[in-house]
Amino acid sequence: MTTTSATTTRVTTTKSPPRHLPARIFTWIGLLIGAAFAGLPVLWMLSSSFKSNREIFEFPPRLLTESFSFDSYLAILGDPSRLRFFTNSYVVAICVTILTLLVAIHAAYAFSRFAFRAKHPLKLLIISVQAVPPITVLIPYFGIIVGLQMYDTYPGLIFTYMLFTLPYAIIMMTSYMNSLPRELDEAVRVDGGSSMTALWRVLVPVSVPGIVSVGVYTFMIAWNEYLFALTLTSSESMRTVPIGLQLLMGQHSFQWNEIMAMSILGSIPVLALFLFFQRYFMSGLTSGAVKN
Amino acid sequence: MLEPLAFLSPTLILLAVLMVLPIVLVIGYAFMDNVVTNPDPEFVGTKNLVEIATDPTFHIALRNTVVFTVVSVVAHMILGLTFAMLLNSKRISATSRTVLRAIYIMPWLFTVAVIAVLWRMLLAPSGVINYLLSTDVEWLADPKLALGTVTVINIWAGYPFFMVSLLAGLQGIPGDLYEAARVDGASPVQQFFHVTLPQLRQIIISLLLLDMIWTSAQQFALIWMTTGGGPLSSTEMLSTYTYKLAFDDYEFGLASASAVLVLAVSMVLAFFYVRHEKARES
Repeated sequence: MTTTSATTTRVTTTKSPPRHLPARIFTWIGLLIGAAFAGLPVLWMLSSSFKSNREIFEFPPRLLTESFSFDSYLAILGDPSRLRFFTNSYVVAICVTILTLLVAIHAAYAFSRFAFRAKHPLKLLIISVQAVPPITVLIPYFGIIVGLQMYDTYPGLIFTYMLFTLPYAIIMMTSYMNSLPRELDEAVRVDGGSSMTALWRVLVPVSVPGIVSVGVYTFMIAWNEYLFALTLTSSESMRTVPIGLQLLMGQHSFQWNEIMAMSILGSIPVLALFLFFQRYFMSGLTSGAVKN
Repeated sequence: MLEPLAFLSPTLILLAVLMVLPIVLVIGYAFMDNVVTNPDPEFVGTKNLVEIATDPTFHIALRNTVVFTVVSVVAHMILGLTFAMLLNSKRISATSRTVLRAIYIMPWLFTVAVIAVLWRMLLAPSGVINYLLSTDVEWLADPKLALGTVTVINIWAGYPFFMVSLLAGLQGIPGDLYEAARVDGASPVQQFFHVTLPQLRQIIISLLLLDMIWTSAQQFALIWMTTGGGPLSSTEMLSTYTYKLAFDDYEFGLASASAVLVLAVSMVLAFFYVRHEKARES
């Protein structure tokens, strides 16, 4: 890295002088184009969910609807077979999150606080698992899940999803625990407490921000999974939201307002989690993925 | 020394059952015929691998996957960096920055299934995009346009991850580096190429490799729900090709051979990623 004198840092301007006006305009044009690119499709989805199906393809298209109604939402929420997709997704995603956290916290503790011979090969194995394409394991999985009589059941999906959530959870959790001083939990062990006590009484309570960010990310992965949900379930009552969305598209010959309403409803858990835990989540994500 | 292994035992059991066993099995299946469907499969050596490697559709799927991945990853990087730099600009207030960042992240918060149905609506022949462009194009049903169209959708869905990571990277660059560059008379463009890019180099390489691994192997849902690999194989990817062999044609031996080839490609990418991360740590 280049070394420079830090004497001039104070001079850095906080207010832009008028001569920067063109640059400012230029920046704002860029920002607004970006916002339109990212936000308009989402806005269109929201607006379409309140329209009548006829109005969605009306010319010229209108962002604000005249026939604003909650009908498409009521159609989704009033239909037990569609609500079932949401129940399934919640059950699976919540179970996956809890189990993943339990397993990952213990694994991260081992990686963060112990020195042992298999440590580096095991860490390497866990990192490489992330790179295994899901399609590679899908075929044998199908056989294993059928063999274990878990085909078309919650446990089948829950155990499967842990394959995708666990490696990332362990890596993120280990890097979080590494950032906490060892003295914290060592004190307990010096006083004769077991490692388990040190982990659960001392380390876990101070790891809450890390646990939350790992939990949110795990929930997101489980909520969004598509390929295994498609292959490992068959009855409509076992389908999750992503598959339900596809079914809705096939069955009702493009009731676009209902498809968009279901998309919004299906996105709410992730949007809400993100909104509430943004701060934890962003720092956890960037430290896990980028700084390692 | 058994204690750490006790803490790791649930992980190890799960990884063995969920990961090691399936990989061993799929490699075995690749050398057998009538697997899964027949309890007594027959060993056929490299026949399946040869058949896959010489199948014209496999070549199309491979080519499409490479085009889709490379274009997506490069565009993710450029868009992610552009948005990160715009958000990092000193010329906007903290409030505007927070609001805009939330908008820019949006595409990333929707599941691929939602993204697929949303874009199918936007791109419908009588949809809003054709209206805005005054065209009458079948974006997803025209063999000449479909690959480009799904790539654009994937670009929309994937840049925020780069943006978030690069924004963190930008905020980590010491301000006095720019100060020194300005004192030396460097223009904003020169500052970008001589300060910003070199400082972000390591993060950018990590992100490019990660995104390459993800995009090449995990794009199944988007393709399956928009075009299903069609029309006329024009958006067939390695994942859809493998999936159809297994679950449409019940050719589990051939599908396994294809899956093993996909795995081999991913492992090469993963090797470079791990090596790069190790070099960064030391």
